[in-house]
Amino acid sequence: MAELTSLHIKVGGEAGFGIMASGLLLVRTFSRGGLKAITINDYPSLIRGGHNVILVKVANHDIFATDDIADILIALNRETIDLHKNEMTAGGAVVFDPESFSVVTTDFPKAVTLVPVPLMRLAKEQQGDVLMRNTVALGATLALIDYDFSFLESVIRDQFGRKGEEVVTKNVNLARAGYDFVKKNFPQGYPRKLGPQPVKPKQMVLTGNEAVGLGAVAAGMKFFAAYPMTPINGLLYYLAGIAEKTGFVYKQPEDEISGINMAIGASFAGARSMVATSGGGFCLMTEGVSLAGMIEQPVVVIYGQRPGPATGLPTWTTQGDLHFVLNASQGEFPRLVLAPGDMEEAYYLTGIAFNLAEKYQTPTFVLVDKYICESYFSVDLAKMQNPVKIERGKLLKPEEQAQEMELKRYLLTDDGISPRPLPIPGNKGGIFHANSDEHDEYGYSIEEAHLTKAMIEKRMKKMAEAQKEVPDATLYGEADAEHTLVGWGSTKGVVLEAMRQLTEAGQGKLVNYLHIAWVNPFPVESVKRILSSAKHIIDIEGNHNSPMADWILLKTGIAIKDRINKYDGRPFFPAEIITEISKFK
Amino acid sequence: MLNDFKTAFMPNWCPGCGDFGIWGSLKNALVEKGWGPTDFCMVYGIGCHGHMVNFLKSYAIETLHGRPIPVAQGIRLANHKLPVVIVAGDGDTFGEGTNHLVHIARRNVQATMIVHDNQVYGLTTGQTAPTAQKGFKTKSTPSGVLEDPVNPVAIALAAGATFVARGFAGDIPGLTKLIVQALSHKGFAFVDVFQPCVTFNHVNTYAWYREHIYSLGAEHDVTNRASAFEKALEWGPRVPTGIFYQVEKPTYEDQTPQLIKEVLVEQTLPPQNLTSLMEELV
Repeated sequence: MAELTSLHIKVGGEAGFGIMASGLLLVRTFSRGGLKAITINDYPSLIRGGHNVILVKVANHDIFATDDIADILIALNRETIDLHKNEMTAGGAVVFDPESFSVVTTDFPKAVTLVPVPLMRLAKEQQGDVLMRNTVALGATLALIDYDFSFLESVIRDQFGRKGEEVVTKNVNLARAGYDFVKKNFPQGYPRKLGPQPVKPKQMVLTGNEAVGLGAVAAGMKFFAAYPMTPINGLLYYLAGIAEKTGFVYKQPEDEISGINMAIGASFAGARSMVATSGGGFCLMTEGVSLAGMIEQPVVVIYGQRPGPATGLPTWTTQGDLHFVLNASQGEFPRLVLAPGDMEEAYYLTGIAFNLAEKYQTPTFVLVDKYICESYFSVDLAKMQNPVKIERGKLLKPEEQAQEMELKRYLLTDDGISPRPLPIPGNKGGIFHANSDEHDEYGYSIEEAHLTKAMIEKRMKKMAEAQKEVPDATLYGEADAEHTLVGWGSTKGVVLEAMRQLTEAGQGKLVNYLHIAWVNPFPVESVKRILSSAKHIIDIEGNHNSPMADWILLKTGIAIKDRINKYDGRPFFPAEIITEISKFK
Repeated sequence: MLNDFKTAFMPNWCPGCGDFGIWGSLKNALVEKGWGPTDFCMVYGIGCHGHMVNFLKSYAIETLHGRPIPVAQGIRLANHKLPVVIVAGDGDTFGEGTNHLVHIARRNVQATMIVHDNQVYGLTTGQTAPTAQKGFKTKSTPSGVLEDPVNPVAIALAAGATFVARGFAGDIPGLTKLIVQALSHKGFAFVDVFQPCVTFNHVNTYAWYREHIYSLGAEHDVTNRASAFEKALEWGPRVPTGIFYQVEKPTYEDQTPQLIKEVLVEQTLPPQNLTSLMEELV
């Protein structure tokens, strides 16, 4: 029995049949056994019908990405076989219901083992319906790899606990039926095993949406508005679900225009406020972002990228909107942009975004994408135990605000930051106007040349001030690698996984990776230093035009000629990165 | 005191502009309510009316064209103890922001909304407004407006506003009374105000309004939505003013459990349940 370090399990079937839920159950089952697991999902923009597939990768080491392969394929319909037969690895196993459709080994280009399990019949024997085949299949799969059933049982208990003991028992029995069937009929199982780990640190299983949501909650977010849109719907569901017990307000607005303006109003009143959207929704928000810039109102914008133009590929991934976020909206005003590369960064950078927004009193973005938003990762709970310390910037105490009837809310200061009252308004004294017209220090409308100039300079000084707190960009891997990949956002995980695979293959010095998580302000000095001493630089981005390469050129003067781009709606896979790198000699 | 609301700036509206009447009536109403400049928050749209931000001393936010309504709702949800007064134009309300009007009305967020309805865009020097009468000639409709006008009162009623009224900027005592009633209403209060534009609208003048408008009498049942609609559809020879409809319903804020204990901005951050939220994801 060979030890296995990682395993790819793909579950495919018709949309509406609980495919995604099965993936999540598996990830939790593995995480509770001390293993690391992640999922990525592919699904069409449909509620029912169409093909859904979720890929679960599990390993006994940290994993950052999956390859598009399957060691075990759980096929809930024949289409799954047809679409994914080429992804099967040699020696893989195919779990399917022989009473629903037929499968033969010659369907697959490589040698696979067929594991026919009468999923529907076993489900019916437990009074289950067609939707419960998945649970039977999960049990069957765990038996194949000889994984301790009790972890799945505990996950099912937590998942269905609220629905009562009867539902829990039924689902446990369904899974057990699949498990026992395989144990009895395929005692040899899958040839390689990946068992629970001796040390089992407590792990959360969460999506980027949930990581961002937790980051916002930990930062004391009090108001959240978001109009439904893929890929931030998971964030919306998560926050809507915990709003009441946690003590913040989530409001679904009539459109994104309303969403950003509501958030600005709530922020004006003193609440830490956030919106979330994707490209099309952000188009509607742009004038509001400019308003926040003008009246110096903190607001955090979670921007989940999906492929455009227009409606594009609504349920797929991209990194195509960097220029848009950096340049959207009328006029010149400071904006801060952070781009998390994994769950921890999503959690911590969201917290930091709230601090930056309030310290510099300006709109602040957390730029993510469908891949980060909707993939599940197991993360050690211990790694998220130090929430970002809340910093609300230069504040006036109510008694300071009340000293004068009218407050110079837009006081011209050396660093451009004017102390603001909190909460505002509603204090006695300290009146001011937040004015979308250019204004004087009190907020009264002005058109004089010298004051206009002074106000624009005041606001832009805040950008220079924010620049001072940019941490150095991180270089992963050996400093003297042959190639230095430069990327941002969710590309991080995939490149790190490619590097891990290269290191395993004895090629640890082939590639290192420079990760840009702070986009604006930009880590100018560290990027300059690292790229100047790099042997060969390759820009890697999930888009067509390499906007980050443009941005790096603008910020550092370093032009990156060689590029790896992907813009088919799919995330990068480690294997294809390794192939692409091999093309550069 | 009226003088409490005085700023260092004098209104720059055209002499005779209906905005003066609304400005004066609003200040009268605030005094009558006993509110000083720190007791409420003004939320303005963009248009000639929006200049009021410079002539009325109070907490205020001048938003973008069409957007005062969502900003006001954000303020209310963050601090529902703070009264909010929205001042907007007919372009804000029925051009760029109609969608927002429909939704604040059905939500019944507590806010008073005063619409400057002069049937023309004054600040941009005389284009047609959504409330312009069919045939009205403006710079953007030199041969006359082809569409029928929107009906502000009927829209507010249809959307579910719990207080719907129409006033006239040329009747300061009457408008003052109407605004006091709107400010005292629990829920969303919508007041459309006929406001003569002396520069760009030479049809709907003070004289035209005085000739055409009449006050809804005591015989009109303000709790009857159907008869409110009937009155809303009257346009000539006589046009009704006053309260068309008023009922009490729970506000959006009342129905939001997170706001029952205290206002949102006074609640401590971060929350106490962060650890248990994380445990739920294990």
